[in-house]
Amino acid sequence: MANVFNGQKTFLSFFLHPIEHTFYKIIAVSQNDEMDWKHYAFSIIIFSFLSCFIMGLILYLQASIMGMKPLDPNLIFNTIVSFVTNTNWQAYSPEKDIHQYFQVISIGVQQFFSPAVGICVLIALIRGFTRKNSTKLGNFWVDLVRVLLYVIIPLSIISALIFGFLGVPQDWAKEVTISSLETGKTQNYLVGPIASWTAIEILGSNGGGIFGTNMAHPFQNPNALTHFLGLFLILLLPTSLCYTFGKMVNDTRQGWAIFAAMLIIFVPLTSLTINQENNKISSLSSLPLETHNTSMEGKETRHGIIGSLLWASATTATSNGSIAADHSSFAPINNFLTMFLMQMSETIFGGVGSGLYGMLIFVLITVFIAGLMVGRTPEYLGKKISAYEMKMVSLALLMPLFLILSGAWILLHFLNIKELSVNQGAQVFSEFMYNLTSASNNNGSAMSGITMSNSTSNLILGFLMLMGRFWIIIPVLALAGSLAQKNTVPISTGTLPTHTPLFIFVLIGILLIIGVLTFIPSLALGPIAEHLGLAGAH
Amino acid sequence: MKSEEFSYKKNILYLVFESFCKFNLKSQLANPVMFIVYIGAIIVTIIGTTSIYDAAIKEGEFSYFIWSIAFFLWLTIFFANLAEAIAEGKGKAQAESLRKTRKEVMAKKLKDPKNHDNFELISPCLLKKGDYVFVEAGDMIPIDAQIIEGAASIDESAITGESAAVIRENGGDCDSVIAGTKILSDWLLLRVSVNQGESFLDTMIAMVEGAKRQKTPNEIALTILLSALTLIFVLVTATLFPFSNNATALSGNSGVLSITVLIALLVCLAPTTIGGLLSAIGIAGMNRLAKANVIATSGRAVEAAGDVSVLLLDKTGTITFGNRQAANFIPAEGISEKELAEAAAMTSLADETPEGKSIVTLARSLGVQIPDIDTLDASFIHFSADTKLSGINLKDRQILKGADDSISTHLKNLGGIISANVEKIVHQIARSGGTPLVVADDTRIMGVIHLKDTVKPDIKNRLADLRKMGIKSVMITGDNPLTAAAIAAEAGVDDYLAQATPETKLKYIRKMQEGGQLVAMVGDGTNDAPALAQADVAVAMNSGTQAAKEAANMVDLDSNPTKLIEVVEVGKQLLMTRGALTTFSIANDIAKYFAIIPTSLTSIYPELKIFNIMHLQTTESAILSAIIFNAFIIIMLVPLALKGVKYHAQSAESLLRNHIFIYGLGGIIAPFIGIKLIDLLLGLFIGKL
Repeated sequence: MANVFNGQKTFLSFFLHPIEHTFYKIIAVSQNDEMDWKHYAFSIIIFSFLSCFIMGLILYLQASIMGMKPLDPNLIFNTIVSFVTNTNWQAYSPEKDIHQYFQVISIGVQQFFSPAVGICVLIALIRGFTRKNSTKLGNFWVDLVRVLLYVIIPLSIISALIFGFLGVPQDWAKEVTISSLETGKTQNYLVGPIASWTAIEILGSNGGGIFGTNMAHPFQNPNALTHFLGLFLILLLPTSLCYTFGKMVNDTRQGWAIFAAMLIIFVPLTSLTINQENNKISSLSSLPLETHNTSMEGKETRHGIIGSLLWASATTATSNGSIAADHSSFAPINNFLTMFLMQMSETIFGGVGSGLYGMLIFVLITVFIAGLMVGRTPEYLGKKISAYEMKMVSLALLMPLFLILSGAWILLHFLNIKELSVNQGAQVFSEFMYNLTSASNNNGSAMSGITMSNSTSNLILGFLMLMGRFWIIIPVLALAGSLAQKNTVPISTGTLPTHTPLFIFVLIGILLIIGVLTFIPSLALGPIAEHLGLAGAH
Repeated sequence: MKSEEFSYKKNILYLVFESFCKFNLKSQLANPVMFIVYIGAIIVTIIGTTSIYDAAIKEGEFSYFIWSIAFFLWLTIFFANLAEAIAEGKGKAQAESLRKTRKEVMAKKLKDPKNHDNFELISPCLLKKGDYVFVEAGDMIPIDAQIIEGAASIDESAITGESAAVIRENGGDCDSVIAGTKILSDWLLLRVSVNQGESFLDTMIAMVEGAKRQKTPNEIALTILLSALTLIFVLVTATLFPFSNNATALSGNSGVLSITVLIALLVCLAPTTIGGLLSAIGIAGMNRLAKANVIATSGRAVEAAGDVSVLLLDKTGTITFGNRQAANFIPAEGISEKELAEAAAMTSLADETPEGKSIVTLARSLGVQIPDIDTLDASFIHFSADTKLSGINLKDRQILKGADDSISTHLKNLGGIISANVEKIVHQIARSGGTPLVVADDTRIMGVIHLKDTVKPDIKNRLADLRKMGIKSVMITGDNPLTAAAIAAEAGVDDYLAQATPETKLKYIRKMQEGGQLVAMVGDGTNDAPALAQADVAVAMNSGTQAAKEAANMVDLDSNPTKLIEVVEVGKQLLMTRGALTTFSIANDIAKYFAIIPTSLTSIYPELKIFNIMHLQTTESAILSAIIFNAFIIIMLVPLALKGVKYHAQSAESLLRNHIFIYGLGGIIAPFIGIKLIDLLLGLFIGKL
């Protein structure tokens, strides 16, 4: 990937090169025409705005063309924003609200574009680190075309083929009728371009399924192999971008260090989630159930506990947000863990591109504090971190936390969440916070149980998604712009090494402390209280 | 600038007064973190006041809890103010002793610089740049000036603390005089080089007083990060109000968090420890420099000193003693070392130069009996520019020493030559960076004295320390590359710049800076000025010229070139102290969460009480304990903020490991113990709250 982003040849160049240049001609950009950070950010906004506009038009028109019920404008806004920001929050119901043809040309297209935009921002930031005394960060259009052509499209074609091979159907809007388990009844199922959809849904950390139940639907995820492939693809781009980062800054150790920090947080949390669901629920043990040793409620028997929970952790850690089980049925402590994974502001793997630039924000904070402790103006990859960088880093750090907390405040004012949920007690608050977190961090997974698809929520959640994406992208690009202008300081023994286990340890510490300090009060009132309530009941 | 040590005990009332003065809105606004505490304290006080009103009218209870919280919030701010006042107090004491030197003197302003007798007496305040002033023995120098004519001995003890008088004269590198110093002998014609208020003394007073103190770039960056963290905690606590409100609805229990509790939580979480000490750390850094007799013209320079990656050191005075000394005697064929030593010692008996003395000393150490000059019936040949030889005329013979070409010319007249063997020795010594002196007893060549510049004994360790800190040392010398290389190798510098001229120095600094290095240098001469101006950290010697001092951003009053290393250490210590206290402050929050969150939410969800791992007695005592800990930790850390964290030269990695261990881990554990103890004490004194 580093070669793609640096504009060098790859093994695909042979036949993709002509296509690439045709695109440049069509959109009238020159490959050598580089942009400064403002221009780059402006291009991203223009591109996203155009995407929104076209998608809005499609969603608005489809009702009259296909003779379907028109959608609420707030729902359209929510849906557009959801897909353009790579959140893939699905307030609409995929099976009934939008016709499949239109899903493909509106949502499907964005599932390619939005992760590509994420990678572009990341590339711009990395260029900020690698360039010296330059104001230019590269050309957004060129980056976009290259990312799509050389990375996202080939990977999704390959994975779609494998999904198809493993038994995921691929067809056009068709209904199949299956006789139900209940005798004498039949059920109608929609079949569509499921294999290719699933591929990009998973690969691009999108998560908006062609079915409302995403990867819990037997057509999207029929067997263990597809489940495994899905897990692999969810983590593929966010993890490999770490290596790409190391490659691009000419020090792969830096990439590995970041990857290690992510993994060290991810693995124990995931194991804990699985362990928790395997716990016997004692209140059920008196019932004559075969599986009373584990907690199978809300999980697909195909995937079992481990499969479901691996997916849950992966989908919340990355900003994928597709679901393979009902998150509201998890043990409360897992609501806590999955929510916490999202609240780490897209850092533990995170979305495609966005995860790594989110992590780099925390790396810079760590470098700043640790750098002071060794008595030097903090520097990362030879770039001195001064007041302007700290300003941008602080903005990017504050935004998701600000959105979740203030969004929750506003929504609590408008909604009576007690009435919206089928559950009760602290679980309701967990569900509410989960969904807000999911939107603000551009995750897109939902904890059902609480109905968040009313008009007000759609509007506010849409707004959160929009801010959660672009209010981070802009400071990140400003940061990149300022870094690129700086000279690079050579490394000496006085320089704080940023690839050692010690640094990884400090980075994890800072990540966890900021995460814990910000969200513990709200988590205490939600899943923690509920967990203790359950434990205390016996 | 030796001042009496600032006494806290004597000045305690003054410090308390100063701390109360700092309660004004303007001082508080300068520090965002403490400003939040300030606002919180005001709100809680208002709540407390209304509670008295309510208690009087209704059957309400007088809330000692709200008032205690309010009290400790004000105390937190007071402690932060006090920390700043103490740091400033030290500087103020130094400034006061400086001010005493600026007694009101009258200046003799000349109308015509040529006519020394036609002057008018005016106040120094009215002097302008470019005016001519005449001073003579007994006068005070009224203002910073450049010597145009004359030479005089000057007592600079008021500024430098050095009681020995110094000679200042026009031309050369010692042509500047400082206001507040006293002329002891002779007279001087001066041209005023600064306007009133910009003089060196004024700058010094302003700097040590902290009056002109501006936040340094790093301090600004840290303030931004701390503000961001504070903002996060404002959000966290603010949203806890609707959240807990909602939780009461969901759980059916009562117990919405009161505003007082939320403000207490906010103040506990906000990084008040570092926030309250931040300015004290900065001022203390300047004071530490001042204590080392270095005056920085800006805090920025002190901070930059910590970042320096290349240090340009003058060879003479910094790395070597600056005078050549005899290292060994290498005899010619057929002559013993002792014979040569004897002859060499004879030539140097009357030689009063350090080189001559060192030859005698070396010979004595080899066991040569040195005859008394008076008992010898001999005359001495002193070194002259003409013959370039020195030596002794005994009754029957003449012993001479000198450079090989001078001796060879001298021998030619007598019909002798220097043998090829001796010539080889001469070349060897020259190549190794030494100076060879050939000794001739009449026409017989005795051998060669090896003179060399002596490297200071402790310099090697200091340079090694620098290397550990990741700082590259570069030796600057006017010597030829051969000599430079030899001395560089002996002292262990990383690089050298031989045959340095002002231009090559400037070019070298520019080249380093283009490569991203931060360069520090020491200089004294006018020709150093361009390089000093270009360097990121430039220390001028106080003995140096006005031009050098103006181009530099620090002045070393002791004129000791090794000072640069100390300056770097102070800069590093300054940043480290900030980093360590930031880490400590953030790490503290974990314990404070465990103290406040479980106890204050238990009425909504009773099961949360298992997180009360410190087993604090009641909600009120838990919150009070956290607030009290929060306030007192500031005052307890003042000594650390003023002294700076301990610093030894070591690599960044091991420094970080130590600091994370002490301030990170310590910061997590300390408040658990502290809060628990305070909670126990509260229980003892007030009974069950």
